[in-house]
Amino acid sequence: MDTMRDRFTDVTTRLLDEDPRLAVVLAEIGAAGFDTARARHPDRVVNVGIREQLLVGAGAGMALTGLRPIVHTFASFLVERPFEQVKLDFGHQGVGGVLVSAYGSYDWPAGGFTHMAPGDVALMDTLDGWTVHVPGHPDEAETLLRHAVAAGDDRVYVRLSEQSNAAPHPVDGRTLTTVRRGSPGASAVVAVGPLLDGVLAATEGLDVTVLYATTPRPFDAAGLRATGATDVVLVEPYLAGTSSAVAAEALSDVPHRLLALGTGRAELRRYGTRDEHLAAHGLDAASLRERITAFTR
Amino acid sequence: MTDTGTTTTRTTTGATATAARTGTRTYGWADLPALLARMTGAEKHGPAATSTLDALWVLYDRVLRVSPDTVDDPGRDRFLLSKGHGPMAYYAVLAARGFLDPDVLTGFGAYDSPLGHHPDRTLVPGVEIGSGSLGHGLPLAVGGALGLRAQGLRDPAVWVLVGDAELDEGSNHEAIAFAGAYGLDRLHAVVIDNSSATYGSPGGIEARFAAAGWSTAAVDGRDHDALYDAYTRPHPGRPHLVVAHVEPKN
Repeated sequence: MDTMRDRFTDVTTRLLDEDPRLAVVLAEIGAAGFDTARARHPDRVVNVGIREQLLVGAGAGMALTGLRPIVHTFASFLVERPFEQVKLDFGHQGVGGVLVSAYGSYDWPAGGFTHMAPGDVALMDTLDGWTVHVPGHPDEAETLLRHAVAAGDDRVYVRLSEQSNAAPHPVDGRTLTTVRRGSPGASAVVAVGPLLDGVLAATEGLDVTVLYATTPRPFDAAGLRATGATDVVLVEPYLAGTSSAVAAEALSDVPHRLLALGTGRAELRRYGTRDEHLAAHGLDAASLRERITAFTR
Repeated sequence: MTDTGTTTTRTTTGATATAARTGTRTYGWADLPALLARMTGAEKHGPAATSTLDALWVLYDRVLRVSPDTVDDPGRDRFLLSKGHGPMAYYAVLAARGFLDPDVLTGFGAYDSPLGHHPDRTLVPGVEIGSGSLGHGLPLAVGGALGLRAQGLRDPAVWVLVGDAELDEGSNHEAIAFAGAYGLDRLHAVVIDNSSATYGSPGGIEARFAAAGWSTAAVDGRDHDALYDAYTRPHPGRPHLVVAHVEPKN
């Protein structure tokens, strides 16, 4: 199976042929994959070198001339390092674009903390008007990338991951999907993107409703409320608690309980594998089952 | 130079030859002190308030192909004020050229005024970027030049005005290095050098840009004909820098 990054390159290469308004800005990361696209569209595929402030600023500058830029690198260098460029060059200038990141929170554990961005979605939450897509499968990544490119002048952040669920689900770029339905009023577990398979394994045989989120922002408050659940578990592949505020807001008029699971704030200072990091953050199926069971019983 | 009166007397030929029409009134270079006074309440303005005034005036009066009627025209020249600090000179020039109603100037900085101490592009017609945080204009201008090129608009020029101390910000050097290497020949930078950078630019500002492959010129930032000459110098295949030297800030 291809990875979400592979699919991103392929889909974007095709979209460049179809959409004259589309441009891609890169900072070395992923640039080789766009060689064919750059040969065909030399002025709409630009690699600025290892310059992430320029990466975001130039993307926004292209948007100011009417283009729809896709700006891509690892999440740590796309959102965290040039965060003020994201805030001002897109937000304050009032222009749109599509930021596409890779590596997320723990996709390359052997690379260490410098290549981890567990705070990216929390940072984006400090800004106004950003849609955030977190696909859990390459097919979903393709669908959500197409949504993002077609979203007028919206500001969209697409968080690609090396981790993938075994099978894709239908995604609409907007709503929570009910993947497993518990009894009326049963606890709701919101699984974000690539953590769905782990959540499904962890909740096997438990009376819970499993909601699948691939577009966590704007948060589908109505979808959560429609479950009737007042005990809610969030399982996110980035900082634990990132979505606590939006979930609590969705349930602000009813007494409710909330358990927010995600990556820990403390640096592990470990290398190793993704599975080892998932276990260390308590996001493997066994840990999830233990924590969800303790909360819902 | 210590006041705008001096500025006016040093105006050189040509700069006042054309004058914009705003509503029923015509404004020229000589009217800028009065327009500035609407914001500052002062009759006279020191070098800090007017460091960009001559450079801006010559650009808008003689170089930029943009008017109040073409602020949304894809083929217009773009001017990006990166150094958003002290924008009174910018607002005064925009008012003189008809982009702004001069009556708006009096509200400068007020809650219901479109004119802040740093400009906001969404509030003022003809303002291409909001600025204030230093080091954003040059990367945005690089993107502007790239974006125009990608749409086959090879004619419009992109201009960005930067302060000499603003060059401290590393983001500029990402943009300078890339623009030179990429041969972004529709990109133009004006650096107003009022010696305000604490550590200066050893070797000179021009040398930094030249090493990155830019065409460069350095002129007296109060000499309108020299500015015009530097602005309009051919620079095939290369982005172009004009350093406008003015009185030291301190």
